[in-house]
Amino acid sequence: MSELTELTVQNPVEEFLRMDRIPHIWCPGCGIGTSVNSFAHALIDAKIDTRNVAIVSGIGCTGRVAGYVKQDSFHTTHGRAIPFATGLKLANPKLNVVVYSGDGDLFAIGGNHLIHAARRNVDLKVICINNLIYAMTGGQTGPTTPNDVITSTNPYGTFDASFNLPYLVEAAGAVYVARWTAFHVRQLARSIQEMFAKKGFSFIEVLSPCPTLYQRRNKMGDGLDTMKFYKEVSKIRNGAATKDVALTKSGEITVGKFVDRERSDYRDLLHDRLLDSLGDDYVETEACTCQ
Amino acid sequence: MAKGSVQIVAERCKACGFCVEFCPTHVLALSSAFNAKGYHTPYMVHPDKCSGCDLCGMYCPDFAIFGHKDAAKETVAAAAPVSAVEAKEEQDAR
Repeated sequence: MSELTELTVQNPVEEFLRMDRIPHIWCPGCGIGTSVNSFAHALIDAKIDTRNVAIVSGIGCTGRVAGYVKQDSFHTTHGRAIPFATGLKLANPKLNVVVYSGDGDLFAIGGNHLIHAARRNVDLKVICINNLIYAMTGGQTGPTTPNDVITSTNPYGTFDASFNLPYLVEAAGAVYVARWTAFHVRQLARSIQEMFAKKGFSFIEVLSPCPTLYQRRNKMGDGLDTMKFYKEVSKIRNGAATKDVALTKSGEITVGKFVDRERSDYRDLLHDRLLDSLGDDYVETEACTCQ
Repeated sequence: MAKGSVQIVAERCKACGFCVEFCPTHVLALSSAFNAKGYHTPYMVHPDKCSGCDLCGMYCPDFAIFGHKDAAKETVAAAAPVSAVEAKEEQDAR
């Protein structure tokens, strides 16, 4: 089976990837690649001009996405994906800025940046791949690790409370909050399309299997077992109250679109305030254009 | 009659089994042969059942497989009424 198959048709996703960097580093059974597929399909279906899309990611397994997509992308320092993206968006408002990063990067070291970007309602599209652990550094307990899970830093099981990401982000002020798993590929693609149509801080949490570090220590099988588990226990509840959607180790997973509301975004508020205060003296700076 | 087909790049496959498990018409199976990295790659065990829905391509984390509609048969398929399989896929997707 070692001979390369002659392909008669090109995979449509390959257009969006730097194929010279594939195969990627993600483990067999990891769901990050699956989410990248959904993202690429969302861009294809929504007919979004990829010259106006910038992908910013932090450090971690999911942080590698910025290196594999063939768009303008930026692999930033740990936890600082959102500050870089905010600057990018303010300097060039025409750009669709996507922050594609993991739960450790966005909610642990980058937690403050995330809640303040949501509070100001900066027009960012945040995709958070949640594998419930710090995967790249060896499986330490993270802020999203549920109770009674064995990790490398909690060998007798975790006991502290974990973050409920949709609840946190809604409370901070996001205008669009959804959660899907790596199993819900088509729903995730549709949700990403909706996010591109939305103005303001939008957030999608994507649960992904981590067979190498999370499941191995907890005897939860491989990536496929987790995908089957997602299929069994996921319940789609659009509009569910986010305080009820917390994750547990083996309990039900509530997925769906939880929040879809309107708020003025940061740049509009800034523009209005300056126009109010300065009147005719206010000269709007020309947005830089990238050709 | 197959309405579509699947293309597989065996060398990229890491044998996670997502495509085999989630194919709505059970077209694929893992073969006993290895690729260069020692993974059992999938192959079409029932090529006649393939609807070309590309769900395998959506699930593949390694961009190693994708489904496509058969161009020659597409016009025939467009005229024909929606099959039960396609209706179910649509329902699953929702």
